[in-house]
Amino acid sequence: MFDVKKVRQDFPVLHRQVYGKPLVYLDNAATSQKPSSVIQALVDYYEGYNANVHRGVHALSMEATDRYEEARVKVARFIGAPEPETIIWTRNTTEGLNLIANTWALDNIGPGDEIVVTRMEHHSNLVPWQKLVRERGAVLRFLPLAEDGDLDLEDVDSIINPRTKLVSVVHMSNSIGTITPVKELAAKARAVGAAVAVDGAQSVPHMPVDVQDLDCDFLAFSGHKMLGPTGIGALYVKRDVLERMEPFLRGGEMVLEVTYESASWNDLPMRFEAGTPNIADSIAMGAAVDYLEALGMENVREHERQMTRYALDAFKQLEEVDVFGPDDADKRGGIIPFHHPEVHPHDLGTALDRQGIAIRTGHHCTMPLMGELGVTATGRASFYVYNTEEEIDLLVDGVREALRYFTHGPG
Amino acid sequence: MALDELDELYREAILSHVRSPRNHAVISDADVTGESINPFCGDEISLQLLLDDSGRVARVGLQGKGCSINRAAGSIMSEAIRGRSLDEIEALSNLFREMMRSNEPAHAEWARLGELEVLSGVTLFPVRIKCALLPWSALDDGIEAYRRSLVP
Repeated sequence: MFDVKKVRQDFPVLHRQVYGKPLVYLDNAATSQKPSSVIQALVDYYEGYNANVHRGVHALSMEATDRYEEARVKVARFIGAPEPETIIWTRNTTEGLNLIANTWALDNIGPGDEIVVTRMEHHSNLVPWQKLVRERGAVLRFLPLAEDGDLDLEDVDSIINPRTKLVSVVHMSNSIGTITPVKELAAKARAVGAAVAVDGAQSVPHMPVDVQDLDCDFLAFSGHKMLGPTGIGALYVKRDVLERMEPFLRGGEMVLEVTYESASWNDLPMRFEAGTPNIADSIAMGAAVDYLEALGMENVREHERQMTRYALDAFKQLEEVDVFGPDDADKRGGIIPFHHPEVHPHDLGTALDRQGIAIRTGHHCTMPLMGELGVTATGRASFYVYNTEEEIDLLVDGVREALRYFTHGPG
Repeated sequence: MALDELDELYREAILSHVRSPRNHAVISDADVTGESINPFCGDEISLQLLLDDSGRVARVGLQGKGCSINRAAGSIMSEAIRGRSLDEIEALSNLFREMMRSNEPAHAEWARLGELEVLSGVTLFPVRIKCALLPWSALDDGIEAYRRSLVP
């Protein structure tokens, strides 16, 4: 296990104050903070070898290309992808999922076909499919939730059936933390000949993920939630699927030969990376992978499991506060959504903010799930490698104080 | 832990409206109806106005789900617009929005807003301004739609 105190030294922003109080950053499911090594990777690129990739014969361009492709190798290895060519750079998870919907799905989903998602999807793994099924005359089906926030798999064999062409599921819910049984669902999808897409936005940063073990066709994730910069993410696509996919964006860099009338496509993965890519942020995402691998993803998961267990226990002291999602820390990530029947999450969030405690409040881009839970919004604390049990104590004390303030009035 | 600094935002007058929101009943035969949703938090508001023969607001209905600021802003607004013409309401809406945009919660001008002035502290909490404006969006949209419907 790593030393959290030492980890904290690596993150400059954790040393600042907010309203005169030490920052307690518990909004990691929205975006993580960045270690110095990631920030330095950006500076090194812009100060030392800023150049375009894949097209220059000069030293800077070759250096930039090497580092850029090195980062792809790191990201591929990080998720167990067999070859770096199966990693396509994107802006974020949302873009990765939209890429699938606008390429593979257009050629593989037709009238009467079915796409299966869960009832806890982020809007980014729901809204693109709503458009697709509407345009294609296909059907969107949902895996329901059980009482405890787990997936209810009782009817899974009728929901995933021979009409199913794609099973696209969240791996760790950004709203209630649930870890879904992707491997089992993928096996069921395989059995009926369906493809499998995984929204890894919350899982890839927080637990070991291996695409070959999961046996998925697609895995989308974001750099900024895993200590990397914003504006960079990756989409893994299984080789034989990727080779048959039409390009998404068309233009420079993705072509082999162009005439006035037509064009042929470049090799993988450039075929999917039209235009000058996000070079600096790709390289910095590689630096984030280095940082996480040095900690060890098993250790990251174990640290957050302990934090989650501690937080679930601590929140039980607060009567009248509901915590959503599985009660078992083995079944969920470090995401704690909470709700008080009389105090709106916004008011709670403002009160915590003034104590230097940053949480997210709102529907977390899962409006239908909020409906299932019977609320319009929740407060959400989410942890990462630099969070401590002391910070959870501060959170719970802060919530208690805020509840007193709002239920008994000022003073 | 002291939450005193929250008192600027959650003044007693605001919390009183949160505890007992005014004009909560739905008006089924309303002349003006408006709805508004805050996509960031899912808060929502429905509003109805019943006009008298001279075109002034006779009754207001306001329902919604939201935070204290949103609910208080709606409740205070519903009191402030009763008896006013739609033109007067538009002027009031503009002045209220001006206060929300300003960085001067203590400006003398805001006294013209009457009880609405109690919300001036919201400007010290910028992310909450849209909570205070949500009922006004429902109102402005409703009035605009009503005026369009009058044009032959």
